Amino acid sequence: MKPKEEKILLSHGNGGLMMHDLIDNLFIKHFGNKILEEQTDSAILPIESREVAFTTDSFVIDPLFFPGGNIGKLAVCGTVNDLAVSGAEPRYLSVSFIIEEGFPMHDLEAIVKSLAEEARNAQVTIVTGDTKVVNKGKCDKLFINTSGIGIVRKADNLVGKAQNIEPGDVIIINGTIGDHGMAVMNARESFNFKSAIISDCASLNHLIRDVLDQTQGVKFMRDPTRGGVATVLNELAGKINLGIEISETALPVSTGVKAMCEILGFEPLHIANEGKVLIVADQDAGGQILEIMKKNKLGLQSAIIGRVTGDHPRKVVLKTETGGRRIIDSLTGDPLPRIC
Amino acid sequence: MRYTDEYRKKELILAIAEELKKISKKTITLMEVCGGHTMAIHRFGLHSLLPPTIRLLSGPGCPVCVSSQHFLDTAIAYSKIPGAIITTYGDLVRVPGSVSSLEKEKANGEDIRIIYSVLEALEIAKNNPGSAVFFLGIGFETTAPATAAAIVEAKTENINNFFVLSAHKVMPPVMKALVDEGVKIDGFIAPGHVSAITGTAIYNDLALEYGLGVVVSGFEPVDMMQAILMLALQLESGTPKVEIQYKRIVNPEGNKIAQGLLTQVFEQKDDRWRGLGIICNSGLKIRKDFAAFDAEKQYPITVPEPSDPKGCICGSILRGLKTPNDCGLFATTCTPSDPVGACMVSGEGTCATFYKYRS
Repeated sequence: MKPKEEKILLSHGNGGLMMHDLIDNLFIKHFGNKILEEQTDSAILPIESREVAFTTDSFVIDPLFFPGGNIGKLAVCGTVNDLAVSGAEPRYLSVSFIIEEGFPMHDLEAIVKSLAEEARNAQVTIVTGDTKVVNKGKCDKLFINTSGIGIVRKADNLVGKAQNIEPGDVIIINGTIGDHGMAVMNARESFNFKSAIISDCASLNHLIRDVLDQTQGVKFMRDPTRGGVATVLNELAGKINLGIEISETALPVSTGVKAMCEILGFEPLHIANEGKVLIVADQDAGGQILEIMKKNKLGLQSAIIGRVTGDHPRKVVLKTETGGRRIIDSLTGDPLPRIC
Repeated sequence: MRYTDEYRKKELILAIAEELKKISKKTITLMEVCGGHTMAIHRFGLHSLLPPTIRLLSGPGCPVCVSSQHFLDTAIAYSKIPGAIITTYGDLVRVPGSVSSLEKEKANGEDIRIIYSVLEALEIAKNNPGSAVFFLGIGFETTAPATAAAIVEAKTENINNFFVLSAHKVMPPVMKALVDEGVKIDGFIAPGHVSAITGTAIYNDLALEYGLGVVVSGFEPVDMMQAILMLALQLESGTPKVEIQYKRIVNPEGNKIAQGLLTQVFEQKDDRWRGLGIICNSGLKIRKDFAAFDAEKQYPITVPEPSDPKGCICGSILRGLKTPNDCGLFATTCTPSDPVGACMVSGEGTCATFYKYRS
């Protein structure tokens, strides 16, 4: 069965029959699992670990659909990746929708389907959720919040904390940077760039699990989302009181992203990613980690992009393709296009 | 990537640097006029490749930086007109006016929209017939023809709610003004995109009357190194002239259609430059024939005369007299996230460039 109405009405959020129609014929239909089907006020979760990771994220992207994904897929990947880079194995998600009155039902269904598909792909279970409908104009089409719980093994509970990092450690990324930010901007603005830049939006938990299971020496992981690689590396350099040096020639950037950044005056290192993980690892383990990452389809273009150094503490320095060196700062404000 | 990689080749850059070292005997000062050039020099670390005889100065060619506080105060005043929509290029929104910025006014609820092309502003005007849509026209001969084209189109299509606040400027008068003021310059690295429109005759005076070298340059490191080499060769042989390095884009006549649009819509006026004051015939105002689209004519607004922020030396920096490192505010109270002066706000500003690419 499908929900009866073609557009979301205020009654879909009022707790009555219409809301149950939406829950049964859309959410349960696609997310369905034993825990969710109980429809209790709280989900009761079996957990086999003493330590759990818990995270939350809200998704307010414009446009809702973009090349490579949509807000539903993103809402899963974002939270799954936050858990995975903390060394946790993502297990359970909550999903809450805030929907603007009048939102087309078929768009909601497409988003819910894609959310369910990505959850299956990442092997996480959606166990609880909520729906609110607000008056037209009170929110921008659709907002989604997801929270996630993952289990943590003792051996992995430090990878988010950047301990024991020392000069010589290598910095690895699993592929090209800036794809998500540029794909979304290209879809949102009327540039009409013909190049098909596709968001890298993906759940990284399997790739990260392979690395953690098969190697030792990972000291830190983070997903460089908003603010890009530059912002994560700057935060890290500040935290460990060491310098970071990256090499422009080693940095994977797709031609489309490079060209769009050139035209608009952006720095790819500042552009958002949604399917990338930065790993800092012992230099002896670097080669093996790279090999494992390259076996995963989300890591084919993995590369060692730089090193931790005792020089220039707290600063990130880029060795440019022409042989110069320059400091890379965190992103300040929104990236704005330059006039010329 | 094609059309950039070829012009970023390390071996080529180093070969030109080597040649420069060989031929450079006289001590010379060159000014890169354009903010895009300042960016490229720092981004690719070209300073370190030049012999000590060649000194580079950053000039007043960042359109955002030279837009006066008065212009921003006026733009902010327009944003408060009921039903007004302000359309602007992105890098103007963070520039501080006397007490506020467009970014802050946007947060206060004013309708301020970032656009990438003036034609989007025209679209917005068409789609919002009940609103007065203002476009903040900044930039040099490079961007002014697009504004002119939009105004002509607005007239053709009878769009009566599209208005341009023009702070468009032209390049040669400010270059002459700097030399007249006594800034010691031997040659100019001139902006390639300006000459793509205007051609090169606009600089003939500088070569013939002022005895200065002018080379119209592209924006990649190989372009800039070659332009510097061409200037050094001119000055070593004592034959300053106007030359084009950026031949793949610029021809001596320029773009006649764009030039036609410029003269059709705009005429020169004395204009204010942030930090430099009023410079004769250096700005573009909208001609009477197109007064229906001139924000200043249709919505005359007077804002109080602003004063420069305390301690800020943007004026001297834009003149090439000082560098950001001479400023007490630089990288302490004045940073890209909390800029005091305009040179820090725009990505192309000298201070922002020095900050971003400091090593």
